[in-house]
Amino acid sequence: MPKVLLDNKEIDRALTRIGHEIIERNKGVEDLCLVGIQRGGVHLASRLAAKIAATEGLAKPIPMGSLDISFYRDDIRLRKHAVRRTEIPFPVEGRKIVLVDDVFFTGRSIRAALDAIMDLGRPAIIQLAVLVDRGHRELPIRADYAGKNVPTSMSETVQVLLEEEGFTEDRVVLVSPGEPEPGESGRGEGAGA
Amino acid sequence: MLKSRHLLGIKELQAEEIMLVLESASSFKDVLKRDIKKVPALRGRTVVNLFFEPSTRTRTSFELAAKRLSTDVVNFSAPSSSILKGETMLDTALTVEALGADIIIIRHASSGVPHMLASHLKASVINAGDGTNEHPTQALLDAFTINEKKGGIKGLKVAIVGDILHSRVAKSNIYCLKKLGADVRLIGPATLLPGEFRALGTDIFCDMDEGLRDVDVVMMLRLQLERQGKGFFPSTTEYFSRWGLSKKRLELAKKDVIVMHPGPMNRGIEIASDVADGANSVILEQVTNGLAVRMSVMFHLDERAGK
Repeated sequence: MPKVLLDNKEIDRALTRIGHEIIERNKGVEDLCLVGIQRGGVHLASRLAAKIAATEGLAKPIPMGSLDISFYRDDIRLRKHAVRRTEIPFPVEGRKIVLVDDVFFTGRSIRAALDAIMDLGRPAIIQLAVLVDRGHRELPIRADYAGKNVPTSMSETVQVLLEEEGFTEDRVVLVSPGEPEPGESGRGEGAGA
Repeated sequence: MLKSRHLLGIKELQAEEIMLVLESASSFKDVLKRDIKKVPALRGRTVVNLFFEPSTRTRTSFELAAKRLSTDVVNFSAPSSSILKGETMLDTALTVEALGADIIIIRHASSGVPHMLASHLKASVINAGDGTNEHPTQALLDAFTINEKKGGIKGLKVAIVGDILHSRVAKSNIYCLKKLGADVRLIGPATLLPGEFRALGTDIFCDMDEGLRDVDVVMMLRLQLERQGKGFFPSTTEYFSRWGLSKKRLELAKKDVIVMHPGPMNRGIEIASDVADGANSVILEQVTNGLAVRMSVMFHLDERAGK
């Protein structure tokens, strides 16, 4: 069995804390918006948006978008699935954007996401929130908010299994090489890069 | 992922491959609406337009699609090329490949040329129209347009009208729409609509009024005027009166019918001006969608080329 790094309660607590940190760091929610990276990051971003709105007692949720980074990757020939939609229903110009991703690994996905956002306009600031930071950075990029730091070996994979993706219970698992993967193989994205 | 690194025809594709291209094309269409209408997806690759037959629209569409993917594009057209100096077509293609082309887009007046070249080249080959055989990217952009307008293709009644016999657009569209589950009917003069087309699973109508009844999509084909006087039809005036799409005739179709044409149009010969410019027409959207679909094709072929 793969090792469970975070169970559903721990995931929820981590997101609650990240939500508070985002509000604190940005001194409120003015101009704030969340952009989830397809696909795990999108679910986490909408959960964070709800938490931030609840904490601040907002009538309207925080503006939220989704970002597909396929066109900006440096390894498109390794991709396995169709291109998903990028939907950012607000101008990014001058906004405070918090990028949300499930697993933070080499940093290459984030590099691609930064380029993708820059092509949409010029935000005031971009911050990064991740559920799991598994290390092994290959680029000088760091997270502003992290749910959990987990030391891993390069050969392991980290999988974030969320209810929104059809799993019975939220979990983050560490899969060793040769172990059967709990998620379908197409989900390697968040885990791999 | 596509199964081949070439796009030679729709005949060779499976429904899932078609849907993959269409799905990603939606994302490319979003890119075309931005201020920065360009993505770095294929940066560093070289695309060559190798056109042995005159074409402005298709060539321009491929050229712009390639540029929007950040590739370098070179246009190579027959009249200005070494073909005139006696070089064989294969040598021309091999030369282009030796210059570093990753994707070669070919149009030729003879059917099967892209297939022949593909078997000799390491680069990806895209068929941009070969003789009377296929024009796969036109069919993909038509399917994308129908899917976008109608929210699906399965079960739709689609009429393809005109010179079916000589039309590579019609052939690719028949393959494509049948694979996606549409109900396809062909309408045209018997001289331009041989009965063998029934073998592709289509219905055939020589009477346009009968054929148009309750259709969801009308796809008009260009009447190839160069065939005039060869006995296929008496005159362009008579052609319009029997197989031209007039406003009155369009009323036989469903109320929300969409009218398509691959261009270039002959106004007043196969389609009336008020229909071409009317509320049901999606002709200009087809052109815009063509860019997105061709970007998607090149993107997915490139992904395949690395394997």
